[in-house]
Amino acid sequence: MGLPEVKQTATEARLASLVMLDAGCTRAARENALARVLEMGLPGRRDEYWKYTRPDTLISPEAPRAALFRSDESLMFHNLDRLKIVFVDGVFSPDESDDLALEGVTIDRIEDICCKDIHWGKELYGVLEARGQTPVQRPLAALNTAFAGDGVAIHVTGKPSKPISLIYRHESETSDAMLHHIVRVESGAEVTILENGPAASRFNKCMEIDIADGGKLHHVRAQGRDHERRAATHMFTRLGRESVYKSFTLTVNGVLTRNEQVIELTGDDAIAHVAGACVGDGDFHHDDTVFVTHDAVNCESRQVFKKVLRNGATGVFQGKILVKEGAQKTDGYQISQSLLLDDDSQFLAKPELEIYADDVACSHGSTSGAIDETALFYLRSRGVPFKDATNMLTLAFLAEAVDEIEDEALAKAMVDRLEGWLARRS
Amino acid sequence: MLEIKDLHVKLEEEEKQILKGVDLTVEAGKVHAIMGPNGSGKSTLSYVLSGRDGYEVTEGTATLDGENLLEMEPEERAAAGVFLAFQYPVEIPGVGNMTFLRTAVNAQRKARGEEELSAADFLKLVRAKAKSLKIDADMLKRPVNVGFSGGEKKRNEILQMAMLEPKMCILDETDSGLDVDAMKLVAEGVNALRDEGRGFLVITHYQRLLDHIKPDVVHIMADGRIVKTGGPDLALEVENNGYADILAEVN
Repeated sequence: MGLPEVKQTATEARLASLVMLDAGCTRAARENALARVLEMGLPGRRDEYWKYTRPDTLISPEAPRAALFRSDESLMFHNLDRLKIVFVDGVFSPDESDDLALEGVTIDRIEDICCKDIHWGKELYGVLEARGQTPVQRPLAALNTAFAGDGVAIHVTGKPSKPISLIYRHESETSDAMLHHIVRVESGAEVTILENGPAASRFNKCMEIDIADGGKLHHVRAQGRDHERRAATHMFTRLGRESVYKSFTLTVNGVLTRNEQVIELTGDDAIAHVAGACVGDGDFHHDDTVFVTHDAVNCESRQVFKKVLRNGATGVFQGKILVKEGAQKTDGYQISQSLLLDDDSQFLAKPELEIYADDVACSHGSTSGAIDETALFYLRSRGVPFKDATNMLTLAFLAEAVDEIEDEALAKAMVDRLEGWLARRS
Repeated sequence: MLEIKDLHVKLEEEEKQILKGVDLTVEAGKVHAIMGPNGSGKSTLSYVLSGRDGYEVTEGTATLDGENLLEMEPEERAAAGVFLAFQYPVEIPGVGNMTFLRTAVNAQRKARGEEELSAADFLKLVRAKAKSLKIDADMLKRPVNVGFSGGEKKRNEILQMAMLEPKMCILDETDSGLDVDAMKLVAEGVNALRDEGRGFLVITHYQRLLDHIKPDVVHIMADGRIVKTGGPDLALEVENNGYADILAEVN
């Protein structure tokens, strides 16, 4: 069956602007991914999964120009001891990066593993992405697998003493970057991965994470403040028995962001928590799309997403919990909430549950509302000025999502950013 | 200190007149009680004085030490010295009680051109005041009023009052939802704040709170007006005979 003509044309136009790396051990995976792209076609505005977010500018042959943004804010995580891996407009920058050697972890560049015929990454590159294409297609992730120009392969075998920090700098107004990272956390190993920065004018990022039995991965991300940047990101995570995955994303600004989390709990007693806080002003569109599959017994999943929107900003949440037959004792929780600071902003939510096991506890909730007038009056009646009171209530609203971050220093870094955003807009 | 003259108030959204000419003066150092049946306008009076949205003043004035309260924002009234102890204290998840108190205290100090309290000084002060109200450290750490019992919420109101040291304290049915022991504790907290520079307006349905907070003057409010004013005995009269007799006598 062929694709609709519009989709076919758009897909061909995009592919014409891309060149596949001449890649040793990832070659087969890339060719397979390209075949998937050709079969699915790139997302179009008529696709159900893209109903609330227009993909046009994410698939156009050239990235729309995005002005560089300079801030006097201190750099994210600046006072934190971490192993820095820097990409500038999607290209690894050895000069700005630390030595990639760290006990308990082996880090290679994707470009290096491409030259090898044997590498552990061969078993992972494109594999979770391909699994994540059903039941819902994610063509931008397949496009990434096929054409990613850079990225890292992180093999965690112990408990590294500091977080691995991926820093994405944006230096060119026309940059169009694709990064693909793969992470394998071995049994009993534990790591924290940080990501921050706007990355490029248009950024397509894919991360595949495979966590073996008893492994733990903490992920904290702050997407850069550049107002005009666009991003489509995918995180595919597979969890083994008694493993833990906890991810938090902060988004402050950005004209278009689509963050997809595709999580598969395949071992009993695994835990996956994904959370996000975003604050948007004006020409801002932010989409969290989450798909959690429970395919083992006694697993826990949690989705907590909060959005503060003003001056016509748009927030989207599509979240699904799929409980497969036999995934008994599943504990699934999902909440998505927006705080609309004016009448022009909007929040579109599509929470879904699909359950084929009979002994599970799943709940979902979605709300959208303004600042609580009674609480606002209460604070003001104690002398707290209107703006401060509004800011306090806004931060309080976001707190439930930020509280998902276990590490206090990281949580504080997120709160500092949010306070900065509020202060700039007061 | 607090002077209310011919105050007429209606609901903003409807044509319903609630206050129909309230005249009331509370002098510094005095405790005035307002009693009255449900729907007489007592709570509306407290909200209008503290600046809650939703009410429209159609006539009359309300001043505190000569300053026009009705033109001020709620936070300006607070800085000028008005404090309302809420009948239903608001739960605010995500805002720590301590953070809230410190922000409020320092915002008021700032508005008055005073130096802000340091974290250490604030902590010392709040601990001392909390102790006398039997508020433990855990309550201070929790989000504002979240999961507090009725009694804890009211004690928390009095703690805020003690920390903010307002000139004019308005207590809106502070006794509602309290058992006898909790009421005593709250009343002790209020009495500890009585001094010659501070005025109190205590709104209540029942005389029993006034056993513990002895008023200097008692007003009876009905249908948006103060219909009778007297000494503490007036409260006893209400307790014994209900409002019907007084209202019949006034009409």
